[in-house]
Amino acid sequence: MILLEKIWSAVTDLIPIILLVLFFQVFVIQQPFPEVLDILIGSVLVIAGLMLFVEGLEIGLFPIGEALALALAKKGSLLWLILFSFALGFSTTIAEPALIAIANEASKVSAEAGLIESSPETLSGYALGLRLSVAFSVGLAIVIGVIRILRGWKIYHLIIGGYVLVMLMTIVAPSEIIGLAYDAGGVTTSTITVPLVTALGVGLSNSLKGRSPLTDGFGLIAFASLLPMIFVMGYGLVWFS
Amino acid sequence: MTEFLGEFLQILILTVRDVLPILMLIVFFQLVVLRQPIPNLKKIIVGGIYVVLGLSLFLLGLEKALFPVGELMATQLSGPEFVGSAGIEGVYWLSYSWIFVFAAMVGFATTIAEPALIAVAMKANEVSAGTISQWGLRITVALGVAFALALGTFRIVTGTPLHLYILVGYIIVIVQTVFAPKKIIALAYDSGGVTTSTVTVPLVAALGLGLSSSVPGRNPAIDGFGLIAFASLFPIISVLAYAQLAELSNFILKKTKQ
Repeated sequence: MILLEKIWSAVTDLIPIILLVLFFQVFVIQQPFPEVLDILIGSVLVIAGLMLFVEGLEIGLFPIGEALALALAKKGSLLWLILFSFALGFSTTIAEPALIAIANEASKVSAEAGLIESSPETLSGYALGLRLSVAFSVGLAIVIGVIRILRGWKIYHLIIGGYVLVMLMTIVAPSEIIGLAYDAGGVTTSTITVPLVTALGVGLSNSLKGRSPLTDGFGLIAFASLLPMIFVMGYGLVWFS
Repeated sequence: MTEFLGEFLQILILTVRDVLPILMLIVFFQLVVLRQPIPNLKKIIVGGIYVVLGLSLFLLGLEKALFPVGELMATQLSGPEFVGSAGIEGVYWLSYSWIFVFAAMVGFATTIAEPALIAVAMKANEVSAGTISQWGLRITVALGVAFALALGTFRIVTGTPLHLYILVGYIIVIVQTVFAPKKIIALAYDSGGVTTSTVTVPLVAALGLGLSSSVPGRNPAIDGFGLIAFASLFPIISVLAYAQLAELSNFILKKTKQ
């Protein structure tokens, strides 16, 4: 019974996508379906995968994230907590495939626009620098978020301050990097990082007196999407001028 | 079958590589810094294996089934044959209206299936003792992404500057933050970042690049970007708006009872 329920909830996750594909194939594009069997097999895989993922979240990822947050809070060493937060943000971002793809794309685009030399060394150096600055900014973002939870700062003060910074940077940054910088915020937080970081925040605020897991525990991901924008524009400023 | 298995192994290796830095970090902190055994270690290892296997199966299924169709649809819909008059300079943006509908539906459908959002919704539901419903949050975020992608494709077609939209979006978020219930603010800000990962990014990138290369006068390098930025901004607005509406309806209910 429980298994059936889990399968059903994974199926409902996928229903909108299936309806979308059907609708556009039948009414708009009006062409025969390409490879129906592949699509059916794929859908079954997606459903099975989502089921396993959710199960694994509940028994693995959430508990380890919260246990670590609790243990680090108990240890009472601010330095280790900050080091852990930074390493978590940095290490999961530097290898993020979406970021690698975007950094390479960006170096090509900048070379075509004549902003940087199109020699292979310059291109790969530019892409690597971009990845490093994004990864550094995500590490720093988690650190800022963790300090916010410890101190009980209001999240909207920091976020609105960040928005103002983004806008100021937009004025001075080279226009070629702005679109990329805005998108960089969105690609940094991967599917495995998000549950871990969420568990870290909730676990930490649970272990502190006077912190609510809802108002204080959430918010780490918000910083991880905001800071990369500022850093990528900063990177553009430094590199191009 | 063997081809399937080979592809699965490839994706599995990639997923493991993604998880490796996190694994090393956790092991290092447990062994060197905390120096204590992990509670329920066996269960956590099983859970970790589930997560990696599940994510790999999920990605393989997407690659097999949905990405080819999605990308095909994105290119067909944004191609000159479908748009019809798109070859002519100064085409009226209404002739792209199917694209806006398609973009909105892609945004909604992929966000509902986004594993990262499922994770955050689970946690939010647990932490709020059930007052935040998982489906309520997921549908609200998905509506935000739907609107974001429709507006984002509209921006690409019209070629208006990205930073103006973002600026207006920020101003809306700031005004909403002043009036929204304080409890929801952190979660709302977070829901911007979780919408764009495994499922959404590849489809959205295909749509943006396809559209900006087939609309006359657009440069994919400049106009192709920005959809992801929209998709990370508008869920914040929709979640805040939802919380405000819920509070307003509660207020009215109380008033009418008195």
